[in-house]
Amino acid sequence: MKIIVLLKRVPDTEAKILINSKGSGINEEGVKFIINTYDEYAIEEGLKLKETVGGDSTVTVVCMGVEESTEIIRTALAMGVDKGIHICDAALEKATPAVIATVLAKAIEDNGFDIIFCGKQGIDYDMAQTQAFLAEKLDIPQVNVIAEFKISEDNKKVFLLRRIEGADEKVEADLPVIISCAKGLNEPRYASLPGIMKAKKKEIKKLTLADLDSSGASEEKKSTIINWLPLPKSGECKIIEGEEPGEKAVELARLLREEAKVL
Amino acid sequence: MNYQLSEEERMLQKTAEDFANKSLAAVAVESNERGEFQEDIYKQLGELGFLGMTLPEKYGGVDFGNFCLALSIEQISRVCASTAVAISVHNSLVNWVILNFGSDEIREKYLPMLASGETLGAYALTESNAGSDIGSIQTSAVRKGDNYILNGSKLFVSTGDKAGVVIVFARTDPENRNQGLAAFIVEPDFPGFSIGKVEKKMGLKASSTVELVFEDCVVPVANLLAEEGKGMEIALGGLDGGRIGIASQALGISQAALDEAIRFARERKQFGTRIIDFQSTRWKIADMVTKLEASRLLVYAAAKSRDRGEVTTKLTSMAKLFSTRAANEIVNDSLQIHGGVGYTSEFLIERLYRDVRALEIYEGTSEIQKMVISREIIKEYDRIFPE
Repeated sequence: MKIIVLLKRVPDTEAKILINSKGSGINEEGVKFIINTYDEYAIEEGLKLKETVGGDSTVTVVCMGVEESTEIIRTALAMGVDKGIHICDAALEKATPAVIATVLAKAIEDNGFDIIFCGKQGIDYDMAQTQAFLAEKLDIPQVNVIAEFKISEDNKKVFLLRRIEGADEKVEADLPVIISCAKGLNEPRYASLPGIMKAKKKEIKKLTLADLDSSGASEEKKSTIINWLPLPKSGECKIIEGEEPGEKAVELARLLREEAKVL
Repeated sequence: MNYQLSEEERMLQKTAEDFANKSLAAVAVESNERGEFQEDIYKQLGELGFLGMTLPEKYGGVDFGNFCLALSIEQISRVCASTAVAISVHNSLVNWVILNFGSDEIREKYLPMLASGETLGAYALTESNAGSDIGSIQTSAVRKGDNYILNGSKLFVSTGDKAGVVIVFARTDPENRNQGLAAFIVEPDFPGFSIGKVEKKMGLKASSTVELVFEDCVVPVANLLAEEGKGMEIALGGLDGGRIGIASQALGISQAALDEAIRFARERKQFGTRIIDFQSTRWKIADMVTKLEASRLLVYAAAKSRDRGEVTTKLTSMAKLFSTRAANEIVNDSLQIHGGVGYTSEFLIERLYRDVRALEIYEGTSEIQKMVISREIIKEYDRIFPE
């Protein structure tokens, strides 16, 4: 079985994000980059599926991103993933979900696939669109944010559980299918030291748009980010000093009328 | 500071950091409070490869070297210094000694089980009258046919009651003080082996420290490391690497103390001001971080030098002396920034303060490090610039 896991390099959840002076992106200085947190659950589920199915199953991570993304691909390989595909092309710098999906679909089709796991969204842009575009491009079903995963004995069907408000939803889907993962699905394994050692010898296939015959992919964008603005500053808080509650209330009423002019 | 780690080193550091922040942090507070040894943690450490870090692959190790070991111990120590010291002893002392002085047969027998974490290693050197003065060891080993018969007792053996492999130093020649020692591998089920007093310590409570007693303990001749008379050389050789381990433990404790100090000082207000904005706090923080980074440079340099196969005696002693002293000062300053609450067990700094004190004592006191450093530097002068 050919298991695909999508991977994205994102700023660390603990990093303080500042918009750069041009409003065209974030200030990356001093920011640590990590595997998109939700993608870790996707990797784990992919590895577990490989262990269940056995045989000559392979798990391949597909990552579109800057040169430095090699490190997170290598980490996935250290966790036990067999192979990495890294799509890296300067023309993809500002790629939107529709474009990304077009390119990913090509790479995934070229590689072959039976099932695709991904995180439910990137924790950077929070768009959660790529998997939907990708399902459309590949013309396969998608099931989002699953809580449980099982595969049929003949490996042709998946049984999924989705936790929704007040109930659990049982879903069946035929392979090939794309499934998005979130916290609670599993406990992602660590990249073990023997795993890190083995990862050095595993293949990371580097691809450009030309390799994928997708030079025109960037024309497919459905939307454009025009500009990024810093969040508006929250108003300053004024603490009313005073001995008695009554005295403070009088002062509050005065401020509301004279300064805030709302009374 | 940017220490220019390779991709592999960063990945390993991340695994150690993640393990410390998730799995270890989940149990560290409770196991330190209750004085409980977390067997499950060592099982996981073994599975992840942290217990065979400097061993070749053929013995089940990952062969990452001393620098990677230092990076790992530092991350683990940030969350639990007790676990860090156990990892250090296991890798730098026990695994190293067996790899370097064990016969092929002994290596094949013991190293795979140590590398996988199936069993932990302990290092039984200290005695009531032989601390810094190793030459005063009295535990005796007398050859009798195919066995040695050991008699005596060892003190302050880290994880001595949990280990399946114990390196024991004993005297084979009563006439020859420093050249009359030998090192043996002893298993707890050898006849005549028992666990004595379990120490009640000030800190490092999640790691046990015990007395080991040998009463006509029968050890096969095959378990003699190298040969009779080599004991002192083996003991000191092990400590050379062990000191990098303890120095790395100091880095982790220092980092935790600095993190705690800044976190606390940003929140705490006095006289209407965050205490981090007081100059007295800022000067402390400046001193703390400078001492920490200076320690790191020295410890990393020592570890990398050992990985290059250089003689590191002076450098490892300097790294241990400096980083453990610095850690004591940094923890002390951090507690002072915390004020009264830092003296309560509600705050991590209270545990760090108790844990850090051991670092200037074990694996060679600061005084011993100064003896080593001065002896080595004077030797260098005598060689290069003879009187």
